[in-house]
Amino acid sequence: MTLSVSIRHPLAHFALDLAFDAGPGVTAIFGRSGAGKTTLVNAVAGMLRPAEGRIELNGEVLSEGRHFVPPHKRRIGYVFQDGRLFPHLTVRQNLLYGRWFSGGGADVGRIVDMLGLAPLMDRRPARLSGGEKQRVAIGRALLCAPRLLLLDEPLAALDTARKAEILPYLERLHEEGLPILYVSHSVAEVMRLAARVILLDAGRIVGSGAPADLLSDPASGLSGSESGALIPAHVAAREADGLARFDTAAGPVFLPTDQPVGAAAVIRIHAQDVMIALFPPAGISALNVLPAVVEQTIPRGHETLVRLRLGPEALLARITTRSAAALGLAPGLTCHAILKTVAIADYSVSEGVTTGVFSERSR
Amino acid sequence: MTPEEWQAVLLSLRVAFFATLVSLPFGILVAMALARWRFPGRQILNGLVHLPLILPPVVTGYLLLLTFGRRGTVGQWLAELGIIFAFNWTGAVLAAAVMAFPLLVRAIRLSLEAVDPGLEAAAGTLGASPIWVFATVTLPMILPGIIAGAVLAFAKAMGEFGATITFVANIPGQTQTLPSAIYALLQVPGGEERAMRLVVIAIAVAMSALLLSEWVSRAIARRIAS
Repeated sequence: MTLSVSIRHPLAHFALDLAFDAGPGVTAIFGRSGAGKTTLVNAVAGMLRPAEGRIELNGEVLSEGRHFVPPHKRRIGYVFQDGRLFPHLTVRQNLLYGRWFSGGGADVGRIVDMLGLAPLMDRRPARLSGGEKQRVAIGRALLCAPRLLLLDEPLAALDTARKAEILPYLERLHEEGLPILYVSHSVAEVMRLAARVILLDAGRIVGSGAPADLLSDPASGLSGSESGALIPAHVAAREADGLARFDTAAGPVFLPTDQPVGAAAVIRIHAQDVMIALFPPAGISALNVLPAVVEQTIPRGHETLVRLRLGPEALLARITTRSAAALGLAPGLTCHAILKTVAIADYSVSEGVTTGVFSERSR
Repeated sequence: MTPEEWQAVLLSLRVAFFATLVSLPFGILVAMALARWRFPGRQILNGLVHLPLILPPVVTGYLLLLTFGRRGTVGQWLAELGIIFAFNWTGAVLAAAVMAFPLLVRAIRLSLEAVDPGLEAAAGTLGASPIWVFATVTLPMILPGIIAGAVLAFAKAMGEFGATITFVANIPGQTQTLPSAIYALLQVPGGEERAMRLVVIAIAVAMSALLLSEWVSRAIARRIAS
């Protein structure tokens, strides 16, 4: 099961010009608004006819030159940002709409259970919350027995609580064994859901790879103050003063949290919040100091980005070029990363390119 | 009421009913063409559809007579098939349908333009071919507009006078509709009282049609909202 895309299509200010393959599992299409993400998925869905190039799914050519398979013959599930449920039909009728055209292969009971839709079946869309609407939209797309699933910012129109409500369902989508293209401009969503990220900017692919690698790779295009690191962690202990100890592969990190012991989280550290010390610092207010090895230094004028290796994890530090020279930072040098601010990446909220939103901070 | 007056009322109802019924499919098609399709001559079609609204009805009636009369270009040909419009109640249906057509098309076109094309695109991704998309998404969503247009067309057809009397004259029992009966009565000394009865019936029918359409539209809106 593979989607293979290689297209060129002129847009108002630039041309979409890209090529990639996507296998089973979630591939995130990531980029700021107007980068061409929706145009790309519309071309895959057949709602837009690319000017040049080829789109192929499981060996079947969907679009090439004059050959063009119309959307209704593609069997590609599409979950839109705004749901687009049919207002004149009940939830049940919405769910069964595509199933009827596809010949009824999909298992309704299983999808209804997976998305928790059973209590909603007889309602009409006007009486559903935003989160419920999106769950129905996902169910409706899955029930047309798709060969590929497209999700175009399915959470963007939802508030924090609704996002938190839907994410667990989205996480289970990869169990379907389908290729899934997940369009997003939220780092948090991408980190939680995607196995692979394709970074899009002005219609071109500017990077692709595992989400954590891209985020800590200064060359990936997520540059400048947005650079940071995302490190998986779990709550190891709750301490008497209200802080919790999170264990990570890079070492222990202390943060305030309400999460119970054992809860999983992802910790986010911005590059400008990392200081570098050559010796273990003493008499310092920062709680979180981790041993590290300099992997790479990238001077950018008066600033230098330093990529640090902390065991299996990577971390970016943004310091002045003068400091980098004074410390004699070079690949292989052992040092200590002082984390001025650490945050738990809150997956239930996200806005803007790579800003994420952080619910709890420690300085 | 005299049998003649009853005949006029029943004929008017029949004419208006068939005029609405027959023009509905064409009205939907033309509204679709004007609202959705881009083709050369779209503005000309738009103008043709609206022409009966702005032409003097007597001109429309005369043009119908020239075209569909026994010696008319189309009428001659249709007469061979056994379809005769001139001086026949079916002619009244044709005149009423032509006169009411712009109102029907306008109402349907407005409701079509209010349908979110995104919903139709979504139906397409779910496997519905364009015809199925129209039948299962577009049509149910424009139903209130179709009903409003149909009621408007019905009321207009009930009241059509100028084109009808020019095209099919005023033959009691055959082509004498409610308005032409009122007109005929007003030409006779002492006919005012009888004309008044028909006037009241005309008002009652128009009001009922309007209330019925309001009620149906609301019922549909409620169904979608709940």
